[in-house]
Amino acid sequence: MIEAERDFVLKQAEERDIRFVQLWFSDVLGQLKAFAIPVEELPEALSEGASFDGASIEGFSRADEADMIAMPVPRTFNSLPWRPEKAGVARMFCDILTADGEPFEGDPRRVLKRSMDRVRELGFTPYVGAELDFFLLAGPDDPTPIDSGSYFDLTPLDSANDLRRGVLIYLEALGIPVKDSHHEDAMSQHGVDLRHADALTIADSLMSFRLVVKEVARELGSYATFMPKPIEGVQGSGLHAHLSLYEGERNAFFDPTDEYYLSKVGRMFLAGLLTHAREMTAITNQWVNSYKRLVPGFEAPTHVSWGTRTRATLARVPLAKRGKESSCRVEYRAPDPGCNPYLMLAVILAAGVEGIRGELELPPEALANHIEAAAAGADVGLTPLPDTLPEALDAMRHSELVRGVLGDHLFEWFLANKVAEWAEHKRHVTALEIERYLPRL
Amino acid sequence: MNDVAETDDRPVALVGAGVASAAGALEADLRALRYEVVPFRLDRVPDRAPASLAVLAITGALVACVRASEELRRTSEALPILWVVEPPDLGALDRHGGLFDDFVRSPYAAPELDARLRRLRRAAGEGSADMLRIGRLEMDPGSYRASVDGRPLKLTYMEYELLRFLASRPGRIHTREAILRGVWGYDYYGGMRTVDVHVRRLRAKLGQEHGRMIETVRGVGYGLTDRG
Repeated sequence: MIEAERDFVLKQAEERDIRFVQLWFSDVLGQLKAFAIPVEELPEALSEGASFDGASIEGFSRADEADMIAMPVPRTFNSLPWRPEKAGVARMFCDILTADGEPFEGDPRRVLKRSMDRVRELGFTPYVGAELDFFLLAGPDDPTPIDSGSYFDLTPLDSANDLRRGVLIYLEALGIPVKDSHHEDAMSQHGVDLRHADALTIADSLMSFRLVVKEVARELGSYATFMPKPIEGVQGSGLHAHLSLYEGERNAFFDPTDEYYLSKVGRMFLAGLLTHAREMTAITNQWVNSYKRLVPGFEAPTHVSWGTRTRATLARVPLAKRGKESSCRVEYRAPDPGCNPYLMLAVILAAGVEGIRGELELPPEALANHIEAAAAGADVGLTPLPDTLPEALDAMRHSELVRGVLGDHLFEWFLANKVAEWAEHKRHVTALEIERYLPRL
Repeated sequence: MNDVAETDDRPVALVGAGVASAAGALEADLRALRYEVVPFRLDRVPDRAPASLAVLAITGALVACVRASEELRRTSEALPILWVVEPPDLGALDRHGGLFDDFVRSPYAAPELDARLRRLRRAAGEGSADMLRIGRLEMDPGSYRASVDGRPLKLTYMEYELLRFLASRPGRIHTREAILRGVWGYDYYGGMRTVDVHVRRLRAKLGQEHGRMIETVRGVGYGLTDRG
């Protein structure tokens, strides 16, 4: 079958007048990495992969092996819609191999596939829908919203509509169907729902999505950011994962007789998410800035909790429309769009699987007033999420679950990288400190 | 119209083996890959058998297999032949290069067997040699070109294969399971809902006017018609 796929890529590359093919992969922190090969090198790249210097990629470098191989996955071949029709550019996602041709343990795509295998061992296929936000700002060094204040004059009135339309067209061309696109609560903030697909496809799609949005924003002369909390005092950007497990054509989370329409499997999966929430927060929320989003008052979770209506819970079971099987799912609301989608989904699925394996009991639904009280600092029996990156790293450091999912190499590299990020941040004297302390002390 | 194509889509594999145990395992594997298995005795090669391909297990029966392959080549010239070869017999491959189109080394992995058989069927042009025309949709399996109303469709490989699967059996409704097996093969991460995901993408690419060509039959599956 792989030979037919390669044949398809070669013939279609010619058919679509492709001159360069970008080979895409993710580094450990979820940054999209790419290098281009001329179409003449495509046959060789398809059969043997293309070598690159792993030492230049975050988290790939190891003293003993710098040479790595990017092995393109032919079924991800697609032309890039923002490049010219003539002499165009296409892309393929890649699996990363070591120089010996063995799968590289630090490859985030492989980490997710392994995690999906564990779900499959239980007889389920994981499906994921994603709902994520981003801001449209003046520039990478200027977080001024473009549809407010003085910038209102600098851009056409409907630049946000242009953006949404442009994004939809590019996404559809890349085969990423979008369910909904809307203006979010904060100024200049936008939200998009990606329709559910299998977990690997969604992770690939999220990588494409972030690039598409940045590309369209650039064409419109503005800047799109997936930074979790770019503007103080308004809502941050989240990446809510909507999860369900299917057994053949049956949604294993669905039970028409349950008050939440949630089956025993669904309850155990959700219980697994809650049990392991703290230890996987460093992966779902991986930046110092991520924790500025996880504060009370902005519909972001602060405590380990679940509910049906309250939006400040960590997990939500949206009450399925009239008990519709296909919309039955569990929504996990901690992640932000600055995460590595592969690692984020890998740890979430693993936590859910642990819940099913351990037949964990689901705690009762959290009440809205409890969540408010907990956010205000009262002890109502809810476990807080890590408050800062170092706290999240401490929780992760002792996690057998996260170590098992990431593998030793990636686990150690990630911790070291993030400890360094925090150390740098800690040394920094902020503007707020100067403002508050200088006049008083 | 609404006949559900479930079993009648299966390709037919002639299976010959000199040793009963080898034949049993091979037949079981082929059935798992959704082939209709027609066993034959090596000394009684069927004449002009209506099959997609022939699979011969060389194990302990090299001479008989060589004869059977010669006979198949003579009577069913276009029939692709796959040999299943044990390592000690690998040396014999060179001498009999004209008698088989491909081989797998035994013990083989099922996905490899699957891939090689698919490749043989594709090379033999099964269901794919000719241009497909359904309504305003045109597909050229040789170049993987697809267009609707003359507008080229930019499809991914899986979208193309799904459309081809439906287009080569127009008017028939296929279950998700049959589609998943026929298009993706049995070893795939995506699971059954993948079919729905891809149908949605195909409809979007066919455009508002022609998206309806892909018909949903609730509780059954999908089919392609020349409507729309």
